[in-house]
Amino acid sequence: MINNRFLKQLANSFLDLLPIVMVVLVFQIFIIRQPIPDVVNLVFGLLLVVVGLTLFVEGLEKSLFPIGESMAFAFARKGSLFWLLVFAYSLGFGTTVAEPALIAVADEAASIAANGGMIGNTETAKDSYALGLRLTVALSVGFAIVIGVIRIIKGWPLHYLIISGYCGVVIMTVFAPAEIVGIAYDSGGVTTSTITVPLVTALGVGLASAIKGRNPMLDGFGLIAFASLTPMIFVMAYGMII
Amino acid sequence: MIGWLGSFWETLLGTLRDVLPIAAIIIGFQVFVIRKPVHHPKQLLIGFVYVLLGIALFLEGLEMALFPLGELMAKQLTASEFIQVDASLRTVPWQAYFWVYIFAGSIGFATTLAEPSLIAVAIKAQEISGGAIRALGLRLAVSVGVAFGISLGAYRIISGTDLYLYIISGYMIVIAQTAFAPKMIIGLAYDSGGVTTSTVTVPLVTALGLGLASTVPGRNPLLDGFGLIAFASLFPIISVLGYAQLADWRSRRASSKNKH
Repeated sequence: MINNRFLKQLANSFLDLLPIVMVVLVFQIFIIRQPIPDVVNLVFGLLLVVVGLTLFVEGLEKSLFPIGESMAFAFARKGSLFWLLVFAYSLGFGTTVAEPALIAVADEAASIAANGGMIGNTETAKDSYALGLRLTVALSVGFAIVIGVIRIIKGWPLHYLIISGYCGVVIMTVFAPAEIVGIAYDSGGVTTSTITVPLVTALGVGLASAIKGRNPMLDGFGLIAFASLTPMIFVMAYGMII
Repeated sequence: MIGWLGSFWETLLGTLRDVLPIAAIIIGFQVFVIRKPVHHPKQLLIGFVYVLLGIALFLEGLEMALFPLGELMAKQLTASEFIQVDASLRTVPWQAYFWVYIFAGSIGFATTLAEPSLIAVAIKAQEISGGAIRALGLRLAVSVGVAFGISLGAYRIISGTDLYLYIISGYMIVIAQTAFAPKMIIGLAYDSGGVTTSTVTVPLVTALGLGLASTVPGRNPLLDGFGLIAFASLFPIISVLGYAQLADWRSRRASSKNKH
C-alpha cells in the first residue's frame, strides 16, 4: 500500500509539524536555556505524530468526506426534510455530548460555580452542574446544525444570521453572571472535534452541491460557524437560569 | 516498548469510544432511513480505520513529545524567576512578559498549522473553489490570526482587562469586514474560527492561560485562565477576511492597471 502519494503526504505532514519543533527548540535552548528533557521520547513522539497526521489525511479523502457527501446527496434525493433535520440534529448533539475537551471545560466550570457560591460545594452539585452544562452545549450544537442546514436549503445569506448571533452574544454578556462569561466564550471553540469537522463540512458542501441554485462555495460553508456560536448564547443562558 | 503499546492501546480505545456515537448515527440513518447500499464499502472501511489509527497515533505522539514539554515551557516562561521582577511588587509591568507574548504567538501559529481539522477544511475549500483558494494560503492566514489572538489574549490576562471588551470589539471588526469582503470567502472565514482550536492547540493554550493566571499577581486562575480559546476562535475570522480582501484588492488594482 506504500506508494508515492503516501510518501509525499508523509513529507507534507513532516513539514506541517516542523514549525512546532522549531518553536519548542528555539525557546528551550535560547530563551529558557534549559536542556531538553527526554530527547528519545520527543523524537519518537514526533514520528508518531507525523505518521498519524498522514494516515488521518489519507483516511479523510477515503472515508469522512465521501460519507458526508453521499449522505447529503441521499437526503437531497429522498427529499425528506424531516429526516435530514433529525440527522443534522443527531450529528450535532451526538458528536458533542461525549467530546473530551467539553467534558474538561464543564468540570472546570463546575468548580468555578462552586467557588463562586452559585451552587453548593459538593460533588453531587458539581457533577449535576457539569452534566447540565454539557447537555446544554450539545443541545445548542444540534440546534446550530439544524439551523445551518435549513439556511443552506433556503439559501439565506449566512452573514445576517451570524451577525444576529453576535448581537445575541453581546446582549447575553450584559445579563449573564460574570463568572460564566469566560467559560461561555471558550465553549464555542471546544465543541468541534477532529472527526466532526470534516463530516459536517462535507455534509454542508454536499447539500449545497445537491440542491439546485446553491453554490457550494457560497452556501456550503458555515455549519461550523453556527456550531461555535450557539454554545456561547446557550451557556450564558444556562448560567443565568442556574 | 510494552508500556508504550499499552498506552497506545488506551488512546486507541479512547478514540474509538469518541467515534462510536458518530458511527452509530451514520450507520443507523444509512440502514433505516436512506436504505440504500453505500458505494465502495470496503474503501470506506479502510479509510475509517486510517482515520482512527491516525488520530490515535497523533494524540499519542503529542502526549509523548509535545504536551509535557509545551506545558513545562509555559510554566517556566511565566514563572516569577524567569520574569525577574521583585516579588514584593503588587503589580508587574506588562512589558516584563515580553517573551510570553512571543511564545504565545509562535506556539499559536505553529500548532494551528498542524491542526488536523483545519487541514481537512482547507483541503475541501481548495477542492470546491477549483484552486482559487489555496489550502496552504488559507492555513497560513488562519495561523496568523490565531497567533495574534493568543498573544493579545495573554496580554489581556496579564493586564487584567475585561474579556468581553475584546470579544465585542472583535465582533465589530468582523461585522465591518463582512460588509466589504468578497462574498465567496465569508462562510469559509466564519468556519475557520471554529476549526482552529482542537486537538493540538487547546491543551497547550489552556496550559499557558492557567500558567499566566496563576503566576501574575492579582489574577485568579479560575476566572482569568479562560478566554484564550475565544481569542483563538475570533481572530482567524478577521485574518481570513482580511486575506481575502487583500487578494481581492490586489487583483482589482492589477486589472485596472491593465486597462490603462
